[in-house]
Order: sequence, then C-alpha cells, then structure tokens
Amino acid sequence: MNKIGKYVLGIAALIFMTNCGNNNSNSNSGAMSSSKAEKVYVAPGEHDEYYAFFSGGYSGNITVAGLPSGRMLKEIPVFSQFPTSGYGYSEETKAMLNTSFGFVPWGDAHHPDISQTNGELDGRWIFINENNTPRIARVSLATFETEEIIELPNSAGNHASSFVTENTEYIVAGTRFAVPNPQRDMPISDMKGEFKGPLSFVSIAENGRMNLEFQLNMPGFNYDLAHPGRNKSHGWFFFTSYNTEEANTLMEVNASQNDKDYVAAVNWKKIVDYVKNGGGKKAPGTYAHNVYDDKTHMATSTMKEGVTMVDPREVEGAVFYIPIPKSPHGCDVDPSGQFIIGSGKLSTDLSVYDFDKMITAIENKDFVDDSYGIPVLSYENTLAGVVTQPGLGPLHTEFDGQGNAYTTFFISSEVVKWSLETFEVLDRQPTFYSVGHLMIPGGNSRKPFGKYLVAMNKITKDRYLPTGPELEHSAQLYDISGDKMELLSDFPTHGEPHYAAGIRADVIKDKSKKYYELSENEHPYAAKSEAEAKVTRNGNEVHINMTTIRSHFAPDNIEGIKVGDKVYFHITNLEQDFDVPHGFSIIGANTSEILVMPGQTKSIVWEPKREGVWPFYCTDFCSALHQEMQGYVRVSGKNSNVPLKYTLDE
Amino acid sequence: MKSASIIMIVGSALLLGLFIFPLWSISLEAPQYPSGIGMNIHLDGLQGKEKHDLQNIDGLNHYIGMRKLPKPEEMWEFSVFPKVVGGMALLGIFIGLLGLFKGISPNWFLTWLIIMCVLGILGMYDFNAWMVDYGTNLDPKAIMKMTDADGNPLSYKPPLFGTKHILNFVAHSYPHTGAYMMGFGMFLTFIAYIVGNKKRKTNQA
Ligand SMILES: [Cu+2]
Repeated sequence: MNKIGKYVLGIAALIFMTNCGNNNSNSNSGAMSSSKAEKVYVAPGEHDEYYAFFSGGYSGNITVAGLPSGRMLKEIPVFSQFPTSGYGYSEETKAMLNTSFGFVPWGDAHHPDISQTNGELDGRWIFINENNTPRIARVSLATFETEEIIELPNSAGNHASSFVTENTEYIVAGTRFAVPNPQRDMPISDMKGEFKGPLSFVSIAENGRMNLEFQLNMPGFNYDLAHPGRNKSHGWFFFTSYNTEEANTLMEVNASQNDKDYVAAVNWKKIVDYVKNGGGKKAPGTYAHNVYDDKTHMATSTMKEGVTMVDPREVEGAVFYIPIPKSPHGCDVDPSGQFIIGSGKLSTDLSVYDFDKMITAIENKDFVDDSYGIPVLSYENTLAGVVTQPGLGPLHTEFDGQGNAYTTFFISSEVVKWSLETFEVLDRQPTFYSVGHLMIPGGNSRKPFGKYLVAMNKITKDRYLPTGPELEHSAQLYDISGDKMELLSDFPTHGEPHYAAGIRADVIKDKSKKYYELSENEHPYAAKSEAEAKVTRNGNEVHINMTTIRSHFAPDNIEGIKVGDKVYFHITNLEQDFDVPHGFSIIGANTSEILVMPGQTKSIVWEPKREGVWPFYCTDFCSALHQEMQGYVRVSGKNSNVPLKYTLDE
Repeated sequence: MKSASIIMIVGSALLLGLFIFPLWSISLEAPQYPSGIGMNIHLDGLQGKEKHDLQNIDGLNHYIGMRKLPKPEEMWEFSVFPKVVGGMALLGIFIGLLGLFKGISPNWFLTWLIIMCVLGILGMYDFNAWMVDYGTNLDPKAIMKMTDADGNPLSYKPPLFGTKHILNFVAHSYPHTGAYMMGFGMFLTFIAYIVGNKKRKTNQA
C-alpha cells in the first residue's frame, strides 16, 4: 500500500472513531442499547403501562399513545371534523362544532388535563382547550368521546387553559390576545388600557357538566399559561402574562422590551365567594354550549347569553401580580404547592417563587407598584430562589414527586433536571429538536408517576425517514427513575402536540366501555331490531331507520325515492360485541361516511341528484361477508309515482 | 342410623344447588375472542357467560346455518327439569327424615340413588340428542356449507364432555358448579347407604 493510501485509511479511521464518539454521546450502543430496547419493548398482546394523551395542536384533536412503547392507540376527534368516524359530519355530532360564529369545522387544541380528586389523577375525564375560537372540551375516559364543548365569550386566543383544580372544581380559560371587552369597533392603536384579557372560570359538576361561572376582567396583557395551586396553595391559580408593554405591532420586538412581565396570582376561592354573594356585573357575551348524550347518541347546542364579569380590583385581596423576567411561558406548581416556577422564555434563569413568602408579602402589603389598580408584589421578597443558567429559553416544568423538577429549554434543545431543595442542576439531556413541553404522567398533580418523561419537540428534521417538506413532530421518551435521565426512544406524534397528560393505564383501562347497550339507546330514529326498520316519507323528507348486523343492512333495497328528496339514513348497529362497528356510505353523498359503534345510532343526509339505482355499503371490514354488506336505493324522477317500498330478502 | 340419615338429607339437599348454580358450561375460544365467549346451562334455561354472549353465539352460528339458541319456553326440558330435580331433592330429604325418625331401611337411600342415576343418564341422553340435532340439523341456505374429507356435511355438535375443535373455535364442554354439587350429593347418599347398612349390621350382630 502506498503512502497516500495509508493516509486516506488513517483519516477514514479517524472519522469512524469520531462518529463512534458522537453516537455514544446520545445513544449508547451494545449492551446498554439492548437494555434500552427492553425498556420500551411491549411484547405482542401486552399492554403499555401508561396512557399518554397528546394535544394535536392544529389537528384540533387528541391522540392517545401508550408508554413506554410510543404506539399510537387512537385519535379522539374534539374540535375538528373527523371523517374516520363521521364526527362533525353526522347529523348527531354537527352540533358539537357549533359556536357563536356558526359551525366551525376546525380548532387548535393545546393543553389536555386529566380530572383530579384530592390532587391525584382520577381518570374520569380529560379536558382540552381550543385557542382560536376560545372553547374548552370535556372528553370521557370511559368512551374516549368528546361529550361537551363550551365556548368562552369575550376572550381571544384561549391559551392559558384547560387546567384543572385539585378536586376538579374549576377549569380555567385565558386570553392570549387582548381584545376590546366588550368587542367593538375601535382603532387598534388605542389598545393600551382599552383592551382586556379576561380569565374565565368554568365549574365542573359531579356529572362533568361545565358551566361558565364568571370572567375576571384582567388588564389587557397576554395571558399565556396557567396552573392551579395544589396542596397548600389550593384555592389559588397562577397565570403567566407577557406583552405588559401592550404593544400591537411587530410584537416579537415590541412585546419583549420590558425587563419583567407578570405572573398573575388569583385567589379564585375568594372570587367564587364574592360571586356567590352577588358580586360581579352581568356583562354581554354570546357563547355556544354543546352537549353530547351517549344515550340518545346526539349532541345538542344551546346558545347562551351573558356572563358575570368581575373587576379584579373590586375583590379585596384576590388578585396580585408578581414580576417575572422576560416574556414568561410556563407557570408550574410543584406537588407540595410550595413552589411556583416561572419560565421567562427569553431569560436564562428560572424564577422559583415561594407560596408562603407570597402570602406574607400580601399580608404585609409589600407592594412595589400597581398595574391598573392591581398590586404588584416585590420580585425579591416572593422569590424562593433562582436556578441560574440552566439553559436557554425555559418553557415548561414538571415534577417526579421525588423532589426533582424537569424543565424544557426550547432554544438550547434540552431537558434539565434540577433539585427543588438546592435549585441546583442535577442532569441535562439533549432533545431532538427544540423541545416545547414535556410530560411526566401525573407530573402536574400531587402524585406524579415519576418513571418516564416525554419531550415534545417542535422540530423533527432528520429524526425519521423523510416524508417531504412536512414532517410529524418528534417526541423522545426518557427514563427518569434513576439519578440521570436516560433517553430511551424516539416516536412521531400527530399534528403539533403542545402539551400532554399521562396516567397509569390501570386507573382507566378497566372502565373503558366496550359497546353501547342497545336497550339503552334513546335515539329517536333508532331501529333496535330488524322488525323496527322502516322508511317514512314526510313531504320530500325521507327517514330510513336502518339496522346493521354481520353482515347485512335491513332494509337493503329501497324504492320510491325521488330526485330532490332529502334522505336521512339513520343507521343503528345491532351488534352487542366489543369492537364490531359497521360503517355506512352511499354514492353521491356530500358528506363523510359514518362509523357506527355497537348499540349506537348515527345519521347522514343524502340528497340524490340523478335518477338511477344507487348502491350503499358498509365501510368497515366487519366479517368474512363484509363485501356482501350492501344495498340499493332506486331513485325515480321528481314527479314519478313509484311507491315507497323497502325490503330485506324478498 | 342417625348419622346416615343426616348424610342422606344433606346429600339430597345438595341437588337444590342446581337452582342457583349452572349445570353445565360450554365455552368457546378463538383468537379474536381473547376473553372467550360461552354459555352456562341452567336447569331452566341458557345464560351467556357475558351479557350478550348468547346473541353473539347466534351471530356466529348463522354463518354455518345453526338455529338460534333456544329460549326457555322453546324447550320442554327447561320447565320439566326443575320439577324433576326439585322433586327428587324433596323426596331424598323426606326419605332421610324417615330414616331419622322412623328408622326406615337404608335400602331406601340406595333406591333413591338408583332412580337418580337413571334420571341422570336419561337427562344426559336427552342433552346429547339436542346437541346432535342443534349441530347437524342445519339451514340449507347456510352461508358456509362445510364438508369433511369425505364430502359429508360437518357436524358442529359441541362435545358432551371434553374439548373439541370446531372450525376456528375450540369448544370446551364441562360440568359446572351445580352438577358438581349434585354429583357430590349423590355420592353422599351412597355413603349414607353404606354407613346405614354398616350400623344396621353391627346392631343386628
Ligand atoms: Cu359491516
């Protein structure tokens, strides 16, 4: 071999070695990586240990994954139409997407939060907020269906939401885009002092029903994130705000000028008492309240008018501002309720506030300023400590219940573990790339399950096989049971998860519904047996009460339909077995198919435009004879006198 | 004689367990039924292991042309069997009481047991005959007409006792709690006869 050859080989070896070194820094090879594989391996037929609920961001929905495998289990439609099941398309569910602006087919879903009892996740419901058309939804964790959506008037950009108090008394909604309240025609440049940032408090009844109790009419800063106090600080709510500059143009510069913005500390219990004693003023505000009933299998939308508006200055000792460095995002409360962690996303430090000090400062009237009449507490006298230089761009902190906090750093792409006792950094791990929120199952409750941490990244780049310009977001799973965090796996998530909630699977899996009881079906057009199947005409409106069972429709031949009719297919699935849906679609329908669960009734409308004989069929491969699951509708001319006739096996 | 009569009373009273617990259990296993599907046969009718199992078994069976599972009023057995079992239990208790107070011969215990055995065999014969009919008397319009290697129609008769493969299912057919109670009760009446006899012999000796 000549000299040049050796030289080339030498460089190659060097590159090889450096590569190895790089690999070792973020993923160990050999024996170590096989043990990582074991940690995320869930054998065929076995179940994951945790459910993880990821918000879909601009998908408007929630996706459910299992941990530690990262396998996607389901997408739950919430704020967006979902042709897979017919949600938002079927006659029964269109009302779920009704708002004071009319039907809105899409939403921006951000922060799922699971209901709690005594500060622990109880697995009854999961709530999630919609940012664009301010709304909160409640999803049942027995059916994994959206049961209720309430709109929030007078708000815009409902981002600081939908966080649950520790006995699921209230969930909150915020206003990230300050707006005139009430809305009116006015020059944008007159914003200062005129715009408001109402915070909404929605109560939760025993059966889950939501009610907009009052709105706190806060100064027009942008309220970004929130968390309720828990344990000793139960009764308080903390909100971060930015743009205390009240700028309205070139926000990325103009809203970042003040050295400090505010955390708003709200004693909601005081305000609840105030409102119960007749406090607050009736203010205008139109909002839709949509409720789905799993007995009638139908949603109803009610338009409501008026809201109790509370001026924060009129409730003594209820609302305070605490200064926080530079445009905060996350506002997180540790399991003991002692510490409130504020993350100034343009800051390099984390500010940790002490609840007891805050109470003392309030008692001593230790105010440094006031902002629109709201007392501003001293930064130094409420501070428990500062985590200095942990990283760049802190966003969100959760807890392991072992005295540690975990904070994401967007700009420096890492998760940092630090001690709640010493405020010292204990460990840091890179994320791939630009992590937004993180999730430890139960990590925002009194009792976190401190075993896994999921980092939700905003940028994916090369983590998976390329799929064109648009990529699913990437998540990373870390084992946090040891002293050091250990990166276990990567998995893609759907839409843009802004936040997630996780819970031990055994809290909810045995309560998961397998099918709907047919005998309890109260849908007005249900056919609970083939004998009840029928077709009725009322003018040009035709209602077909049709049944499905493996594998035929009843009736399966219908004649006497005319061009210009409005034909309602009401499909009842007679099956009473787990996981046996039937679908329905018909050529020429200007809507999606519907997927009907056992015991359920769903309807779509079909307006035949042409004469002919048109087939319909089952869209779900329900049995070996699924291909045979079909039928025909004969459509005659507008003025024909073909009699209405429907048959099965004639 | 006292202890023998008490054993007789207890043994025949155990038959009454059939009014609470099922006589027989037929369960089916297939990959797509991870938690199984099946039915319990009670004296007075069939009951699904899970709420809707009977309907779901009918749903499966319609592919191969089997009739729907009988409702209680569709089979005379479901009204006669409770009377026979109840009658035999009362008769056994009555005989036991006679043994206790009147000291009748333990041969009465044996006679009761023999009648019970004959009735039991008749019951099993009837049960098997029904299953043969149910598993072979198929709808000529059945969706799937399966034949064996010789071209004869397949029988879907579940086993009377034991385990059998039927297409994609494995069927298990075994006695249930009520039958075990009855069996143990009958065994006790036999013990009653032995004990009674021994006592009588020692008394005579
Ligand atoms: Cu089907």
